[in-house]
Parts: sequence; structure tokens; C-alpha cells
Amino acid sequence: MRQLKDLIARRAMLLMTGLPALFVLLMLGGLSGKARPILAVRPIAALLFGSSWHPLKGEFGFLPFLAGTLGVTLAAMVIAVPVSLLTAVFLSEYAPRAVRDLTKPVVDLLAGIPSVVFGVWGVLMVVPFVGNVVAPLFGAYSSGYCVLSGGIVLAIMVFPTIIHVALEVFAAVPQDLRDTSLALGATRWETVKHVVVRRGLPGIIAAVVLGVSRAFGETIAVLMVVGNVAKVPGSLFDGAYPLPALIANNYGEMMSVPLYDAALMLAALVLLVVVLVFNVGARVILAKAERKAE
Amino acid sequence: MRTGGRRAIEEGIFKVLMIGSTALVVSSLILILGTVVVKSLPALRLSMLFQTPKGGYYLGKEGGILNAILGSLYLAGGATLFAVVVSLPVVLNINLYARRTSAFATLTRFALDVLWGVPSIVYGAFGFVVMMSLGLRASLLAGVITVGLLEVPIMARAMDEVMRLVPLPLLDASSALGATRLETALKVAVRQALPGLITAVLIAFGRGIGDAASVLFTAGFTDSVPTSLFRPAATLPLAIFFQLGSPVPEVQQRAYASAAILTLIVLAASLAGRALARKLRRNIIK
Repeated sequence: MRQLKDLIARRAMLLMTGLPALFVLLMLGGLSGKARPILAVRPIAALLFGSSWHPLKGEFGFLPFLAGTLGVTLAAMVIAVPVSLLTAVFLSEYAPRAVRDLTKPVVDLLAGIPSVVFGVWGVLMVVPFVGNVVAPLFGAYSSGYCVLSGGIVLAIMVFPTIIHVALEVFAAVPQDLRDTSLALGATRWETVKHVVVRRGLPGIIAAVVLGVSRAFGETIAVLMVVGNVAKVPGSLFDGAYPLPALIANNYGEMMSVPLYDAALMLAALVLLVVVLVFNVGARVILAKAERKAE
Repeated sequence: MRTGGRRAIEEGIFKVLMIGSTALVVSSLILILGTVVVKSLPALRLSMLFQTPKGGYYLGKEGGILNAILGSLYLAGGATLFAVVVSLPVVLNINLYARRTSAFATLTRFALDVLWGVPSIVYGAFGFVVMMSLGLRASLLAGVITVGLLEVPIMARAMDEVMRLVPLPLLDASSALGATRLETALKVAVRQALPGLITAVLIAFGRGIGDAASVLFTAGFTDSVPTSLFRPAATLPLAIFFQLGSPVPEVQQRAYASAAILTLIVLAASLAGRALARKLRRNIIK
């Protein structure tokens, strides 16, 4: 009886373990299936690089949305990468134990805050700040609902992702290497620069790539502060319309316009593929680095 | 060229930058929580917690957010249960049945990592595709499954981290005493890893209850408290998202109140996870 239970459990678990891998394929398959109607009648290049978006006229050009996504992501990474990496170096190499023990939970809590709350905060603080303070400083007019606001909110959202991965990477650098460098007369900062960062470089790249992919797909928070203007943004102070926001805003009416649902599912597919490529790349780098460390 | 002074200056500059960055990260959390508290607590009235919106959630001035509070708890509760049922067997399998470093286990971890990175809007869109092909409409059930799938990679990877730390000799000892692998798994490994498993469940719950993009298509929104799995359900993230855009100030107040409740639930889950983990650590065999 016990043996039988064990056998059944074993088979069932084996079956379920296949699910995650299967699910990735299912998602790819399901979304491509739904996107096929539009791919059948329009060349993919025209869809991705067309700049005219008029679903009622049957024009589906994704360029404004791709540009919006790239703009917001880029703005976010310019802020998030230096801040997160400097924080990670500080926590791993410099901070006294007490500071580290206090800061790590803060990073965890930041990671747990729902994206819609980031959005509310963005609307209340970042948008007025950018519109009333930052834009006039550069002599530009902006409502505040713009690429920069989206970038600032997103940057804070990806801090935890980059810090977390970078901390793991730095922790994997053998202490002996640091000791050797210090014994040879290098300062602490030189040790960080020439030993810790050099040794951890692949991992740092992976951390950044994971941050990018997190920023790329973030929906609600960005949607709330970025203005949702379906035009290629010309500056940081212009409104933009990222791809995830396009999907989220239009699901209601998409069933009534021909090809509209296929176009939105194609948008989801593009997001999925880009994120998959980034994630697979980053994980491969991390796995390689881990193997080297052992 | 490498004078001591210059080295010290460079180190000093970077130290200031590092401390500044860390302060920025910490202060952004404080700013966000501060904004929610300042804006939301005045908006929050006790009566809101026990009433559904009256006269429509978007324009009606009266009523509260009971629909969204209960909707979110049902939805995230169901989704978390779903995720436990899927995650636990997967994690037990790759740690106890397969060898921990086997290609199969590595592939599964890899798939989970990749899924962890998939944006929630894509889960939402995929959930929607599945719903359409099955002829279902937006409902609590569709939301539970979609959010459940979203939680699986988060939960399974967190569980895996602790399960990996269960010492092999402990498992061998159990087998040597004649336990089957299932008995070893449930009575030894799960008990040993319990604090970490609970933390994993609570982390996933927090992520599930806070996610807006995945429920947008799948759970719908409604003014009433859900009474059936096959009816739409309101959720706190969407209550914030929809009601913040309303021209009616009273409705905006409801959005802020929802933000306070949601943040409170998420923080409570996160802190409870830590506290429980610490408390239960006593039962672990070192």
C-alpha cells in the first residue's frame, strides 16, 4: 500500500514537473495562433516598422509603441543601472553588517510593492515634479505625463531586481581574491574595480539584462504616468505609448474591429519573445558564471 | 602617477556615490509608502470596508470597496492554493526524486526562471486567449487560474531555494529507516523546509494580490461581491486603476483607500513571512 502510494506520487510528480517547460511552449503557441490572422495578410516588417496606427482603417503600425517601450526602458536603465550597481557594491563590500541587515529588507519590500501603487505614487509625485520642476529647468513644456516620468517610476521598480542579482554575483566572488588584492597593496576601491567587478562582470551583465526585461514588460505603473500618445516620442518630455499599455488599454474594444484582436495578440507575442530572449540569455550567462565559480 | 592622494580621492568620490545610491533606494521606498499613507489614510473610512460601491464604481459617490477587498482575497487565495498544488510536487520532484543536479532538474529550474521573467500582461493576454477558445467569459475562476500560473514560478523558485538546503544525510537517514520516498518527502523534507516554504507561499500571495495586468482581461470587474466562480470579480489593483481616473472626487477617495488596503495586505504578507520563518526555525534539525 505504501509502495503503491509512493509509485503513484512519483508518476504524478514527474508529470507535473514537465509543466513549466510545457507552459512556455503553450504560451508561445497560443499567442502565435491568435496573431496569425494579421501575419497572414500583412508582412511582419510593415507591422513592426509602420508608424500609422488606425485600427478602424485597418492600419496596424507598431513603431510608435515599440519606440515608446524602448524610450521608457532606456530612460529607466540610465537611472537604475548605476544606482543599483553602486548600491549593490556598497552593501556587499563596504557597508557595516548592521546597515546591510537593515537595507536588504527594504529592497525586498520595494520588490513587493504592487505596480499599481507605484503608478499612484507616480501620478501624485513624479508627474507633477517632472511637469513643474524638471521640464521648465530644461526650457521644455511638459504635462508631466511623459517618457521621463515613466522612466523614473520604472527605474525604482527595477532597483530590487538588479540589486538582488548583483548581490548574489558579488557574494560568489571568492574572498581569497579580495584578500590577495588587498595584501598586494590595492585599496578597497581598487579591489572592487579590478577584482570584484571584473570577476563578476558576466553576472553584472545578466543582472542588467534581467532588469531590462522586467522594465520592458511592466504595464500598469508605466501606463498611468506615460501619457499614452500613439506617436514616436521626440524627447524625454513627450508622451509615449509603450507596447504593454497598448494591450491593456484596448482589450475592451478589440473584439469589435476586424484584425484588432490579432494585432494586440501579436503585440503580446512580441513582448513574450523579446523577454524570453533576454531571460534565456541572462540565465545562460549566470549559469556559466556559477559553474566557473564552483 | 598613482599617488596615494589620487587613489584616496577616487575612492572617496565613489564612496559618496555609493552611499548616495543606497540612500536613494531606501528613500524611494519611504517616499512611496509615505505618499500612500498621507494620501490614503484620510480617505479611508471604516464604513468603506463593509460596503460595496453604490451607483456604479466609476461615478457613484456612495459606498465602499468591499467588492474589491473580498474579490482580491478570494482571487489571490484561490490562485495561491492553485500555485501550491502545482509548485510543491515540482519542487519535491526536482529535489528528492530526480538528482538535484540532473539535466531534468536544471531544465525545470531554467523554465521556471524564464517564466518568472514573463510580464504579467502576457499572462493576462494568454489567459484571455485560452478563455476565448474555451468560450468562457471573464470570471473569478479565469482570474484564479491566470494569477495562479503567474505565481507558480515565483513560489516554486523560492521553495526550491530552501528545499535545496535540506541536508542529504537527513533524507538518507529517513530512507534507511524504511520510509518510502513519499514519506521522506512529506514527513522529513517538507517539515525541515517548512519555514522557507511558508515564506515562499506568502511572497507569491503578495505578488498575486498586487498584480493588475493579469486580471484586467481575465477576472473583469464588478460592483458586487463575487458569489460564484463563474462570475466576474472585482480586485483591489483594478479598483485603484479604474477609480483613480474618475472625475468624481469621492470615487478617487475610494481609489486611495484601496491603495492603502492593498499596500497593507502586501506588507503584512511580507512581514508575516519573515516573522513566521523565524519562529518556525526552531523545528529544524541542524
